[in-house]
Amino acid sequence: MSGPELGLAVSVFAACAVEAVEALTIVLAVGTTRSWSSALSGAGAATVVLAGVVVGLGPALTSLPIDVLRAGVGGLLLVFGLQWLRKAILRASGLKAFHDETAAFAEETEAARAAARAAAGFDAYSFTIAFKGVLLEGLEVAFIVLTFGANQHRIPLAAIAAGVAIAVVAAAGVAVRAPLARVPENAMKFAVGVMLTSFGTFWGAEGAGASWPGADAALLVIVPVLLAISLTFVALIRRGALSAAAQAPVTAGGGA
Amino acid sequence: MSRLQAGLFGAWEFIVGDDWRVALGVVTAISLTALVATSTVAAWWVLPVGVVALLADSLRRAARQARRH
Repeated sequence: MSGPELGLAVSVFAACAVEAVEALTIVLAVGTTRSWSSALSGAGAATVVLAGVVVGLGPALTSLPIDVLRAGVGGLLLVFGLQWLRKAILRASGLKAFHDETAAFAEETEAARAAARAAAGFDAYSFTIAFKGVLLEGLEVAFIVLTFGANQHRIPLAAIAAGVAIAVVAAAGVAVRAPLARVPENAMKFAVGVMLTSFGTFWGAEGAGASWPGADAALLVIVPVLLAISLTFVALIRRGALSAAAQAPVTAGGGA
Repeated sequence: MSRLQAGLFGAWEFIVGDDWRVALGVVTAISLTALVATSTVAAWWVLPVGVVALLADSLRRAARQARRH
C-alpha cells in the first residue's frame, strides 16, 4: 500500500469511526428507550442510502478529467477539513465544549421518552430518529469516501475502510451497550481535520496546475507541518494571543 | 420554508458550513494558484499559504466571538 493510499485508508477510517460513534449514540438512545427493531431498521435504511450515494456518484466522479477532479475534490476536502480542524482546535484550546456522548445519550433518551408512543409494532419515531441520525452523520463520510477514493481511483479501498470503521464501532457498541464516551473523539477529529486539509491542499494545488517539489513525497512534509501549525494555534488561543490580536483593530476603531 | 428552499439551505450548510468566508477563501486560493501556475513562477506554495491564512483568520474570529460570550 502506497503512502497516499495509507493516508486515504487511515483518514476515512478515523472520519467514519468518529461519525459512527455519534450515530451509535442516537441509535442506542432510541433503541433502548423505545424499539430496537425500528431503530435498527432506520439505521440500516440510512446505511443503504449512503451506500447508494457512494455507488451512484463514484463512477461519475472517476470519469471526470483528472485536473478538474483534483481541483474540485481538493477544494471540497479543504472546506470540510478546515471546518473539522477549526472546531477541533477550538475544542482543544477550551473555547468550544467537547462533544459529550453521555450527555448526548441522556438528551436523546429524554426526547425519546417524551415523544408520543404508538400502541405496538413498528415505531415510526425510532425509525425516523435513527434514520436521520445515521444519514446526517454519515453523509459527510460518504463524501469523504467519494472524494478521497475518486481522486486516487480507489473508491473500493475507501469504502472498505469506512465499512471496517462502522463494524468496529457497532461491535464495540454491542459489547458495552452504552455510548462510547471514552473514544478520544476530539483527538480523532483533530487528526482527520489535519489529513483532510493536507490532502485537500495537495490535490487542490495539483488540480490548479502546480507541481509539488518531490511529487507525492510532499505530503510527508505537508501533514506534519500542518499539524505543528494547528498545535501552535491551540497554544496561541490558550494564551489569548489570537483573540487579543483580533481585538486590537476594534479597540482602535478600525474593525471592519 | 418550501422543500426547495430547505434543500438548498441544507446543501449550503453541508458544503459551506458555519463560516462562508473559508469556502470563498478556498475557491479564491485555488484560483490564484491556477493563475500563478500559468506564469513562470512556482505555484505550489500559494495554496498552503492561503490555507494557513484562512485557518488563522477563521480561528481569530471564532476566538474573539467565544470570548465575548
